[in-house]
Amino acid sequence: MRPERRRRDPPTYTEPVPDSPAPAVQIDGLVMRYGDKVAVDGLSLAVGRQTITAVLGPNGAGKTTTLETCEGYRKPQQGRVRVLGLDPQRRRRDLLPRIGVMLQDGGAWSGVRAMEMLRHIARLHAHPLDVDLLGERLGLGDCGRTPYRRLSGGQQQRLKLAMAVVGRPELIFVDEPTAGMDPAARRTTWGLLQEMRNDGVTVVLTTHHMDEAERLADQIHIIDRGRMIASGTPLELTRGGTSTIRLVVTKPFPPGAPELLQESLGHRLDVRTISEVSLLITGPADSTTLATVSAWCERHGVLPESLHLGQRNLEDVFLELTGRELTGRELAGRELTGRELAT
Amino acid sequence: MSTPTGAFTPNPGAAPLSRQVLAQAAMESKLMLRNGEQLLLAVVIPVIVLIGGVQGAQHLGISFSRRPVDVFAPGVLALAVMSTAFASLAIATGFERRYGVIKRLGSSPLPRSGLLLGKVGALLLVEALQILVISLVALAMGWEPHPSLLAALLSILLGTAAFASLGLFVAGVLRAEATLAAANLVYLLLLAGGAVVLPSSAYGAFGELTRLLPSGALGDALRHAFWSGGFQWGSLLVLLVWAMLGAALTARTFKWE
Repeated sequence: MRPERRRRDPPTYTEPVPDSPAPAVQIDGLVMRYGDKVAVDGLSLAVGRQTITAVLGPNGAGKTTTLETCEGYRKPQQGRVRVLGLDPQRRRRDLLPRIGVMLQDGGAWSGVRAMEMLRHIARLHAHPLDVDLLGERLGLGDCGRTPYRRLSGGQQQRLKLAMAVVGRPELIFVDEPTAGMDPAARRTTWGLLQEMRNDGVTVVLTTHHMDEAERLADQIHIIDRGRMIASGTPLELTRGGTSTIRLVVTKPFPPGAPELLQESLGHRLDVRTISEVSLLITGPADSTTLATVSAWCERHGVLPESLHLGQRNLEDVFLELTGRELTGRELAGRELTGRELAT
Repeated sequence: MSTPTGAFTPNPGAAPLSRQVLAQAAMESKLMLRNGEQLLLAVVIPVIVLIGGVQGAQHLGISFSRRPVDVFAPGVLALAVMSTAFASLAIATGFERRYGVIKRLGSSPLPRSGLLLGKVGALLLVEALQILVISLVALAMGWEPHPSLLAALLSILLGTAAFASLGLFVAGVLRAEATLAAANLVYLLLLAGGAVVLPSSAYGAFGELTRLLPSGALGDALRHAFWSGGFQWGSLLVLLVWAMLGAALTARTFKWE
């Protein structure tokens, strides 16, 4: 109708003015495919500045693809991605100096010494951190002259984290930062990421450890098969303090039995069938609840193989939403017994 | 745990491009010189070829138009350029792709042009060291060069461009191990039959063909330059064509990750 207006304001040009408080990351309807396989399936999410955001999901959920699209490695096939208000494809050169990246695989020459690699990345930046202090902080002092190929998995991870941090970025993307780290190094890493957040850095990390997401993140996005299935603070997602009972039995429930259990437990507890041999009860559980469940098992002739009472955690959230364990296993009878009994 | 509070307060920015390129060139040349196999290819083999060739020619009574050392020295310089610009560069780049180094640098402030310039800088630095060592050995063996320095320099630069673009092409289309095998194989084939160390006139009828190979062209151009002949325009043109062909192929096929 008004072509002259359209010409002046083309719909493709959507860069916000530099000073506007654009979210650190804004993804709208991202779709990424590899051949026939859909890796990211219409994902939308926003990351607020100066927060720690965890993207949580099982292997193959699309976490790395999403991150690599934000880092400008991959062009969105559909949808729109903005990082610090910039298009990571078109404004790559403006964006890259402002972000720090920790890749999941590789990233250093096999013969380069640990601190030499860190010093090299520092030299590419205008105002890098003190390389020696950072190395010491991340426990690289002892292996500073060791070639990359001879570092342990945990040392390689710490070096890669240091490389992501050394340029004093506004925003860091860290892909599985604590994979292969021992518990002490994990705690050091968590401490470092929290300190960075407190100093004004936005942290986006992927993990498939729910405890990592729960302890560290301000905001958690759970993705599965390329889709967002839940989003919120750790407290919101777990409805903090809610109890859960996981029941696994030796043979399939008789038809209608779960519904009868729901009736006997009343409306304050929620019974959700996970598979034909397992179910999840969520709500304020007490000894009466356990007795009711036992009585119900007896009445229906099913034998509990494991009965696990705990606080509702992200693992339960994932299980409720997908019927699968976060580690990617289907929840079914015998597989889980040992672990459940041990818990 | 001694980092003071506020240590991570963002202050991002890229270093000036010149500083980034220098850092990259220094890093790559350091790694190249530290790697034993690469050093073997870069210095040890050329020096062995020089000594072996001169000794062999004397013992076997093979006659050239000039003294053997005057024939072999420029040819071995050409071989050194070929080993670094082609074989070393291809192998190093192949493994950089494999180990995700190029990918990681791809999200650093260093632009791809800077990475390429850094590689060129590292090549030229390593070549300068090679030329120094080989020339000293050759002079000790009685080499009497009558160089046209400008012609020698242009030959080396064009030869580097031709071999480096072909090396990057190989590294871009093959996996790291295949690059290692292919680069070494091509290097050996050209060393034996590519008229790099021996003049193309030594290859009989096949010699005409070797003049069109980058190895033969670089060898002939350098021999000409060191025999006070000045510019061997035909050979330089052949090198230029190979450089353009290699650059075009690389630009079409090279994948940074």
